[in-house]
Amino acid sequence: MEYLWDGLREAAGMLWRLDPEVCSIAWVSLKVTFLSTALAAAAGVPLGAWLAVSQFRGKRVAVGILNALMALPTVVVGLFLYSLLTRRGLLGPLGLLYTVTAMVAGQFLLAVPLVAAMTVGVVQGADPRVIPTARTLGASPWRARLTLMGEVRWGLVAAVLAGFGRVFGEVGVSMMVGGNIRGYTRTLTTAIALQTGRGEFALGLALGIVLLGVALLVNGAVQLVPRGAAGREP
Amino acid sequence: MGTAARNGVWGLLLAAAGCGAGPGPDAVLRMSTTTSLDHSGLLEVLLPAFERRHGVRVHVVAVGTGKALKLGENGDVDVVLVHDPESEDRFLAEGHGVARREVMVNDFVLAGPAADPAGVKGLKDAAEAMRRIAAARAVFVSRGDDSGTHKKERALWKAAGVVPRGGWYLEAGQGMGPVLRMAAERRGYCLADRGTLLAARDREDLEVLLEGDPRLLNPYSVIPVHPARHPRARYREARMLAEWLVSAEGQELIGRYTRDGRALFIPSALRSAPR
Repeated sequence: MEYLWDGLREAAGMLWRLDPEVCSIAWVSLKVTFLSTALAAAAGVPLGAWLAVSQFRGKRVAVGILNALMALPTVVVGLFLYSLLTRRGLLGPLGLLYTVTAMVAGQFLLAVPLVAAMTVGVVQGADPRVIPTARTLGASPWRARLTLMGEVRWGLVAAVLAGFGRVFGEVGVSMMVGGNIRGYTRTLTTAIALQTGRGEFALGLALGIVLLGVALLVNGAVQLVPRGAAGREP
Repeated sequence: MGTAARNGVWGLLLAAAGCGAGPGPDAVLRMSTTTSLDHSGLLEVLLPAFERRHGVRVHVVAVGTGKALKLGENGDVDVVLVHDPESEDRFLAEGHGVARREVMVNDFVLAGPAADPAGVKGLKDAAEAMRRIAAARAVFVSRGDDSGTHKKERALWKAAGVVPRGGWYLEAGQGMGPVLRMAAERRGYCLADRGTLLAARDREDLEVLLEGDPRLLNPYSVIPVHPARHPRARYREARMLAEWLVSAEGQELIGRYTRDGRALFIPSALRSAPR
């Protein structure tokens, strides 16, 4: 209980004086997570939508694999990427280990299965009459699919937000391929792991509270802004 | 009836009577120690011998020195085995632990790439080596985690009169293994305890460039958690472990432990008294 209290007080202090170190760590976290989430959305949403509407042999197997990949431990993705990026690895000559780029790539791998699998569910759960109706109204096949995506846009936003949540709070990939280098690849989660390792539990909790606050802000912004701007119904 | 069986019966009776602190075969002692010691492999030799002798199982939590002491402070473990005399002094002064015994020493070495861009190979003075690394702005990977090793590194920078800062100085904030890996990848220098360096698998690219400076000695001590502060801590078993580590049997096992044909630790209890 004492740690929780100290942590809350410490977190309030950090936010109040906009602690420069915490700000820079939070900025690295946000930067990496936004990039990886955006890329994961760009790849995962079309992949999931395609899987949901197309018919082919082995589709259920493909969706099953996607669902299983959601359970992939972050540290395994980190290890996999590390084995590629190390000097002795296949991509070693690129010199990407312990860079922001490597972290983005790892988080992208983490988020894509989640975004795609949730997109499959969202699109399959849509009203099955949307596409035939659009077609009878004269829409081209692509236009009809776009209409379908418009119908389920809030589900897609939720899928992308889930991807954001998965990578914003992960520590395995960031630690393995980012390296927790101060002022460069140190994120909120690796900083929490560091403070915990130092025995600075209150400071770790405070950073956790900051992380939660930032995640709340991002979710709140996504929930509120476009809804007001675009309107719910066409 | 064998002694083991009799101990078992006693253990059950004691447990039933609500005093589970009795040293039965089921007794479990929790010890926090540093990752560097855990990675050296020594504990896998020592602890089974202790368990056979005293019938007390030891569960090891391997973390940084800072956290290892914090776990002791909170009563989450019964005994700590760490290597940072200054933090230990504070731990004892604040009454968290009692009856520290020095168990053994090993040493730190300055490791780096064979190419040695800062030209420190063969130096005897660790502070001079740090000065040269800073002057050459050669990559140096720091633990950056307040561990015993990190504190030693900071002491060396201080002795060198250098405030390490800049793109060449990477504060990893991670354990010894990851830091060695990072130094090898970045072709940089780092301060490492010899045990972990010898035990590391990815160390082909790292060489021992400087060793033998007396400032690089690294003493390990065992400290039972204070029974007055944490009455539920297994103080009796903790003392048992401490006494055994400094006994002739424990010391001999420590001295005999080798890795790649080299001894990692020098038993030192026989020349230190309880404090």
